[in-house]
Amino acid sequence: MKILVAVKRVIDYNVQIRVKEDGSGVITDNVKMSTNPPDDNAIEEAVKIKEAGKATEVVAISVGEEKAQETVRKALAVGADRGILVKADGVIEPLAVSKILQKVVEKEKPDLVFMGKQAIDDDCNQTGQMLAALLNWPQATFASKIEVKDKSLEVTREIDEGLETIEVNVPAIVTCDLRLNEPRYASLPNIMKAKKKPIEQITASDLGVDTKPRIEQIKVEEPPKRKAGIKVATVEELVQKLKNEAKVI
Amino acid sequence: MSILLIAEHNNKELKPFTLNAISAASQINEDVHVLVLGSNSDSVAKSISEVPNVKKVIHVNNSLYENYLAENYTSAVIKLAESYSHIICSANTFGKNLMPRIAALLDVSQISDITKVISEDTFLRPIYAGNAFATVKSTDRVKCVTIRPTSFDPAPTSGGSAEIINGDPGDASELSKFIKKEEIKSDRPELGTARVVVSGGRGMQSGENFKLITAVADKLNAAIGASRAAVDAGYITNDHQVGQTGKVVVPDLYIAVGISGAIQHLAGMKESKVIVAINKDGEAPIFSVADYGLEADLFEALPKFLEELNKLNTIQK
Repeated sequence: MKILVAVKRVIDYNVQIRVKEDGSGVITDNVKMSTNPPDDNAIEEAVKIKEAGKATEVVAISVGEEKAQETVRKALAVGADRGILVKADGVIEPLAVSKILQKVVEKEKPDLVFMGKQAIDDDCNQTGQMLAALLNWPQATFASKIEVKDKSLEVTREIDEGLETIEVNVPAIVTCDLRLNEPRYASLPNIMKAKKKPIEQITASDLGVDTKPRIEQIKVEEPPKRKAGIKVATVEELVQKLKNEAKVI
Repeated sequence: MSILLIAEHNNKELKPFTLNAISAASQINEDVHVLVLGSNSDSVAKSISEVPNVKKVIHVNNSLYENYLAENYTSAVIKLAESYSHIICSANTFGKNLMPRIAALLDVSQISDITKVISEDTFLRPIYAGNAFATVKSTDRVKCVTIRPTSFDPAPTSGGSAEIINGDPGDASELSKFIKKEEIKSDRPELGTARVVVSGGRGMQSGENFKLITAVADKLNAAIGASRAAVDAGYITNDHQVGQTGKVVVPDLYIAVGISGAIQHLAGMKESKVIVAINKDGEAPIFSVADYGLEADLFEALPKFLEELNKLNTIQK
């Protein structure tokens, strides 16, 4: 079985983002970038399945600017066998990413495609489901447990009401939740080894995919600021404030 | 053209967030049609027909829809999509799973999780865990939009009498199969709609200690929330998680106990009307969004808090 894992380069989850003064977006210059957190879970799961002898190859792919190569390289350092970078500049909407991935899937013919359930920059939560639709494959979204069976997967999904278990035929798309596993850190020797692993570079136009945005971003602004609160000294004072000032209890 | 809104239900009852989505939809266009894909789901279709904002209910009653699978739902929606300008559902795990599958087949770039309708093609939505808001305009002919339920009031549930018509089922998909749902039943208010939420974080130190949270929540008739750290540590189940990748809550009162306030947690609760933080680390980021901060050991503060609440003559429910 071959697993393709899609990873996205995003602003690191610990960075407090800042909005550009002209409202055109958020500041990304000189800001720490990392792999989108649930994409780390996706890579980890694919590597674990390979280590368990149930997959033969793990291929990491990213779509984005040249620097997204670092994100692919990091996936190689934690166990992916080779990488693909599809270069595309500017805003690439999930629909365009899923069309790019569709082309790559048609060429690479993986049995499974894994990715994080949501990117923490645009918070869209779309790409996996869209790719599943374009390929007419089943989708198992928000996965917190994956059991590989003969020609199917049994996947436990995190849903609002609790947990749901579904079975999907292979080939399938799985979008990973943060509780799926504990992503490993890359060891120094593996980081060195990853430098020798191949990364194929192609462009979105090589694949014949039009990446022109369909959504016009009119402006980006900061959220309204909360007015500064106060510290209370005692529990009694807290209860009094909630009762008499905020009037919420 | 009209709006097609996809209802979430369990074949017996409508899920409440569908009502919030109906409110948002009627701000876009008053001609809201609701699609109910269900099995023996007459009671759901009937209750939606009584929502005054709804102009038509399309009920597809077929055993195919006994359980919700995006693969089966999608085909039925695609068959109807042609005659609509907008396809809408709520941005909870139901709609997040479903809408992109529909949008991709219609070759539409979806707009996720809107918090405001600006015009029929322009919407406000949070990005970067709510640390920025983007105003975005769709240029697609059909707009596929998911609604952040807590940003819109639920539509009223009585007084309407929309026509109910029977619709055709979509193609049956063999791609996936429902196995089981482990639903956590509780007598408490639902986390997403509760007036008061009491949440615990890593500072609770164990699942056992959540009984301190439970006691306060009982007193305030509150829902129980948790930070991702507490869920990851196994103190409490995932359906309690508040945050960027969990639930977004906007209660009148949010009490964060032993929660440091990571960016991704704040994303799920900082729109709450009144925020209380109880934490022994005075530097914790949660204090930056709290209206009332109490720097204290939660193991002393929570029992004391309950004691003080018990002294009050009345507590709003």
